[in-house]
Amino acid sequence: MANFYTDNKDLQYHLSHPLMKRIIELKERNFADAAEYDYAPQDTEDALDSYRRVLEIVGDVCGEVIAANAESVDHEGPRVVNDHVEYASGTVRNIEALNAAGLGGMTLPRKYDGLNMPVTCFAMANEMVARADAGFENIWGLQDCAETINEFASEEIKAKFLPRVSAGETCAMDLTEPDAGSDLGAVMLKASWDEAAGVWRLNGCKRFITNGDGDISLVLARTEEGTKDARGLSMLIYDKRDGGVKVRRIENKLGIKGSPTCELVFNNAPAVLVGDRKMGLIKYVMSLMNAARLGIAAQSTGLCEAAYREALKYAGEREQFGKAIIEFAAVREMLKNMEAKTLASRAMLYETARFVDIYKQLTHISHDRSLEAEERQEMKFYNRLADGFTPLAKMFASEYANEVAYDSIQIHGGSGYMKDYACERLYRDARIMNIYEGTTQLQVVAAINHVTKGTYLEQIMRYEENARTEATEAMGAQLVELRKVYEQVVERVETIDKETTGYKEFHSRRLVEIAGYIIMSHIMLRQAAECEAEYLNPTKIFVKYATKKITEAASYINASEAEDVALFA
Amino acid sequence: MAKQVPDTRNVGKDAMTPEGTVNRAALAAIFNPEDLNALEMALQMKERIAGSEVYVLTMGPQRASDVIREAMFRGADGGYLLSGKEFAGSDTLATSYALSLALRKIEPDIIVAGRQAIDGDTAQVGPQVAEKLDLPQITYAEELVDINDTQITIKRRLERGSEVVVSPLPALITVNSSAKECRPRNAKRVMKFKYALATSEMAAADDQRKAFIEERPYLHIVELAAADVDPDPEQLGLSGSPTKVKKIENVVFQAKEAKTLTSDDKDIEALMQELIASHTLG
Repeated sequence: MANFYTDNKDLQYHLSHPLMKRIIELKERNFADAAEYDYAPQDTEDALDSYRRVLEIVGDVCGEVIAANAESVDHEGPRVVNDHVEYASGTVRNIEALNAAGLGGMTLPRKYDGLNMPVTCFAMANEMVARADAGFENIWGLQDCAETINEFASEEIKAKFLPRVSAGETCAMDLTEPDAGSDLGAVMLKASWDEAAGVWRLNGCKRFITNGDGDISLVLARTEEGTKDARGLSMLIYDKRDGGVKVRRIENKLGIKGSPTCELVFNNAPAVLVGDRKMGLIKYVMSLMNAARLGIAAQSTGLCEAAYREALKYAGEREQFGKAIIEFAAVREMLKNMEAKTLASRAMLYETARFVDIYKQLTHISHDRSLEAEERQEMKFYNRLADGFTPLAKMFASEYANEVAYDSIQIHGGSGYMKDYACERLYRDARIMNIYEGTTQLQVVAAINHVTKGTYLEQIMRYEENARTEATEAMGAQLVELRKVYEQVVERVETIDKETTGYKEFHSRRLVEIAGYIIMSHIMLRQAAECEAEYLNPTKIFVKYATKKITEAASYINASEAEDVALFA
Repeated sequence: MAKQVPDTRNVGKDAMTPEGTVNRAALAAIFNPEDLNALEMALQMKERIAGSEVYVLTMGPQRASDVIREAMFRGADGGYLLSGKEFAGSDTLATSYALSLALRKIEPDIIVAGRQAIDGDTAQVGPQVAEKLDLPQITYAEELVDINDTQITIKRRLERGSEVVVSPLPALITVNSSAKECRPRNAKRVMKFKYALATSEMAAADDQRKAFIEERPYLHIVELAAADVDPDPEQLGLSGSPTKVKKIENVVFQAKEAKTLTSDDKDIEALMQELIASHTLG
C-alpha cells in the first residue's frame, strides 16, 4: 500500500508554494479549456486539486509497481534482439502501468491529449519514479523531449508526434557520438536531403544513447555538408516506425542497468527537420539539455529520498550492543545530514522548476500573442533565474545523491556492501548522475557566468528580504554574513583574474558552490519560517553544513595566490 | 458488484471492540480487493465488446459511493448506490435479495463480482444472487479467455489446477484474487469524474456544485432506495437475515508441535480416530 506521494510531506509542501497560482494562471489561460475538455480544471483550486490527484496516482504506481520491480530489472536488464531493444520484463510492466494510468504527455497541451501540467509537477513525478527505480526514470522521463518538439517544431510535426507521446510512446535524444561527448559541436552523423522522397536521410553512428530504441527520437545531425562545428548541426525527428536504425549493442554499465544505453547505426534512416536548419545545437539542444538537467536533478532527489529512507529504516531495525544503531550519535548525525541534503536538493529543484514554468509558459503565450511590457519583463526575469538555477540544481542534487547513497551503505555496514540490500543498487545508480547531461564540472562552466553577471547575488539579496520569524532570525543574519563572504571572494577572484588569466576558472567551482550553499540555505530558511514544525531543525542542520562548506571554500580562495594557476597546470 | 469493506489486512490494536466485533471506525474503508480483480475483468470485457459499458452496483451507506467513484477513476462508466436504513443489518441472504432486486431494474448482460469480501469471507453473495436471478454462474474465475455477444469462456482456478468453462450469457461470474490485478486510476478519468456524487450527496452539496453536476449527467451516481426496487420488506435487512450471532470468541492461534506420520495405515487410522474423537472430523 505504499504511495510515494502521500508518504512524502515535503513533496506535498512544494505543491502548495504561492508561485503555483501564477503558474496555473499562465498554464490555463483563463481556464478556456474547460469548455472543450471534460478533464480541464474550472479554476485555480480545481487545477491544484487535479495536480494533487494525478501525483497521487504517480505515487501509487511508483510505490506499488515500479519499486517492486526495481530489483529484478537491475538483475535482468534489457537486451538486443534482432537489432532492437527488448526491455527487462519488469520495465515492460512499469510502462504498462504508467500508460494505463494515462501519465504520458504530462506537460503537453490538451489538444495533443496531454495533461497540461506544469514542469514542476512533472519533476515531482520524475522524482517519485526515480525513488522507485532510478534507471527506469531515464526511460520515462525522456517524455520531456516532447516539450522541445512542442516548443520548436511545426504544427504538422506536433500533430503527428505529440499525441503519440501522450499515449505513452517513449522518446530518446540522440546526441552523443564516439568522438562527440561533452563537445557536441563535433557531431558527425550525416543528414542529407532526399529530394525524391522529400525527407532527410540519416547515416552514421550514435553512442551512449539512453533508450536509443525509443519510439520517437530527436537526432542531432550535420545537415550542412563540409562544416565542422556547431553551426552545421540541425535537429531532426526519427520515427521508429519508419525503420533504418539498428541497435548495435547495449552498454554494460555500473548502475541504472534497466535503462538501455545504446549504440545506434543509422542506415539511410528517414527523418524530418525540427525548426530551422543550423539551429540544432545552438538553440534546440540547449533547450533539451536544460530540461534534461532539471530531470536529472529530480532523478537525483528521488535517489536521495530512497537512500535516506533505506538507511533510516535499517538504522531503526539493526541492533548492536543491545540497542538499535540509530541510538548512536554518529549514526544519527549521518542520518540528519542525509535528510537535510535531501530536503535541500528538493527545495532547489522545485524553486528552479517554478522559475522554468513561468518563463516557459510566457514563451508559449508569446507565440500566440505579443506580450504586455510587464509580461516581457517577467519572462526575462524568470528566464535568467531558470538559466542560473538549473546548473546549480543539477550539480547539487547529483552530488548529494552520491553522498547520501554512500552514507546509506555506511549505515548498513557490512550488510550494505552485500547485494542483499537496496542501498548497493542505489549507490551504483547514483554514480552516473553527476556525470551525464553535463558533468558537475560542466555545470560549473554554465553557472560561473551567473556568478560574474550577478544573477546569484541579486537573488540572494531578494531572499534576504523574505519574512523571518523569531526562530529563523539568527540564521537569516548569519546568511547575510555569508553573503558578504561570497562578495569578498568573488571580488578577490575577479581582481586577480584580471592579471592572471585562468585564476577565476581555477576557483570557479568553489565560487559556484558558495553561491549555491547560500541560495539553498535561503530557500530552506523560507520554508522554516513558513512551517517551523517540519523545517526548522533540518534547516538549522543544513545551514551549519553550508557554513562549514562555505568557510572551507572561502579560506582556500583567500589563501590561494595567482601562482596556483601554474601550480595546477 | 462491489463492496466497501474495512481494511482488515492492516489491522492495528484497535481493530476489534471489547465486545469482539469489528471496530469499523478504526479501520480504513476500502474497495474490497477481489472486487477490484472483478472490475479489471469487467473492463477487459468492455474492451472486447464494442459499445459495452461497465457500471458498478454497491450496497451500503452513503460513503460507499467512494467505491463507485474509485471504479470510475479506473474505467467504469458509472454506478448505482443501493442505500437506505431498510438494508441495515443484512446478512448474505438479505444482501443477495436486495442486490438481485436492483439488478432486475438495471438488467445487465453480465454480472461480475469478487469471490468474497474480506470482512465476511463467506463467498455466498455472488452465488446467491445468481440463484435468485436464475442465471448460470462461474465461480473462482481467473482469466477471461473469450467473450462475444452470446457466450463467455472463463478459466477457473481450482484447488489443484484450473479448468476452462463456457457459459451462455447472461451469466454471473465471481472472480478470484489470482486474476489480473486491477489497472490503476487513470489521470484523465480522475480529473473528469472527481466531482461525481450520488443523489443524497448532491442534496448536501452547494448550489454551484449542483449546477455543475446537473450540466454533466456522467457525474451523477444513481442512488436506489428500497422503494425503488419494489422489495418485500420482510426479506430486507435484519428481518430478512436468518443468520443469528450466538457467541463471539476471540481466537488466539497457538503454534503446536507438529506430528509426523509414517505412511503406515495404522498411523493414519489412529489419527482419524483421534480427529473423530475431538470432533474435528465427522
